[in-house]
Amino acid sequence: MRWFWFDRFTEFEPGRRAVAVKCVTLAEEHLHDHWAEFPVMPPSLMIEGMAQTAGILVGEARQFREKVILAKIKRAELRQLVRPGSRLRYEADVESLSDGAASTRGRVFCDDAHIGDVDLVFSHVDNNISGLEFPQENFVFTDEFMGLLRSFRPGQPQGVAL
Amino acid sequence: MTRDEILAKVRATLVEALSVDEEEVTEDAFLRKDLGAESIDFLDIVFRLEKTFGIKIAQDELIPRDIVQNPQFVAAGRLNEDGLAALNRAMPHADLSAFSSNPRIDDLPDVFTVGTIVSFVQSKLGK
Repeated sequence: MRWFWFDRFTEFEPGRRAVAVKCVTLAEEHLHDHWAEFPVMPPSLMIEGMAQTAGILVGEARQFREKVILAKIKRAELRQLVRPGSRLRYEADVESLSDGAASTRGRVFCDDAHIGDVDLVFSHVDNNISGLEFPQENFVFTDEFMGLLRSFRPGQPQGVAL
Repeated sequence: MTRDEILAKVRATLVEALSVDEEEVTEDAFLRKDLGAESIDFLDIVFRLEKTFGIKIAQDELIPRDIVQNPQFVAAGRLNEDGLAALNRAMPHADLSAFSSNPRIDDLPDVFTVGTIVSFVQSKLGK
């Protein structure tokens, strides 16, 4: 299984906003463990989906110069069970962005119903964790991750050139 | 804005950022020791203060990393005399007297009380 918790971007405004969708399907193995008799999408993985959506938005805002990691979940409220066959939509907006960190506001929709809010803080590890050595390569924004952004085809002028 | 008005907004900010009860957020409460703030929380608090008060806080303004990470000022994890002098100039809003007796860099977040944050915001709003 690959660690992708959304399927594609449907909107991407650099430095401001990203919208991504995920289709929940019974082909995903984790649903059979959560739970066998009554499969539902784990809320923790919906938070991860929002973190991936917002994290790429934050990384792109500074041309992926820094490694962006999820530092803090400011708020996570998910008010509805999400069953296989549902379509999740993650809407992330940049609230603040600085040299060392960023905060985002996020809204989660299930089949167009607003079911939750996930607000996050990201840290730019290159700027905030001094004294620790990290690999030269960007282990956060791997080629696989970047492919999600490259495959975004908005047909609109704000498309992202990589 | 009066100091009491700033204090009320800072308290509300810290209650949300640190998930603590309002009664715990007294002016002399220490952010790390009493309210459980971690280093990541300081980033969150800065963002929330910017939004609440409509101010811009530069990255090194609250905790001057340009001083505490400067090899000219630091030896064996402690600030030297020049470093302490620079820190005192950069952090007029904080009481550094206890920290100065054993200026371990790792202990710097311990100087922040709720009152320190109020003084910091007050100085920003006065500029």
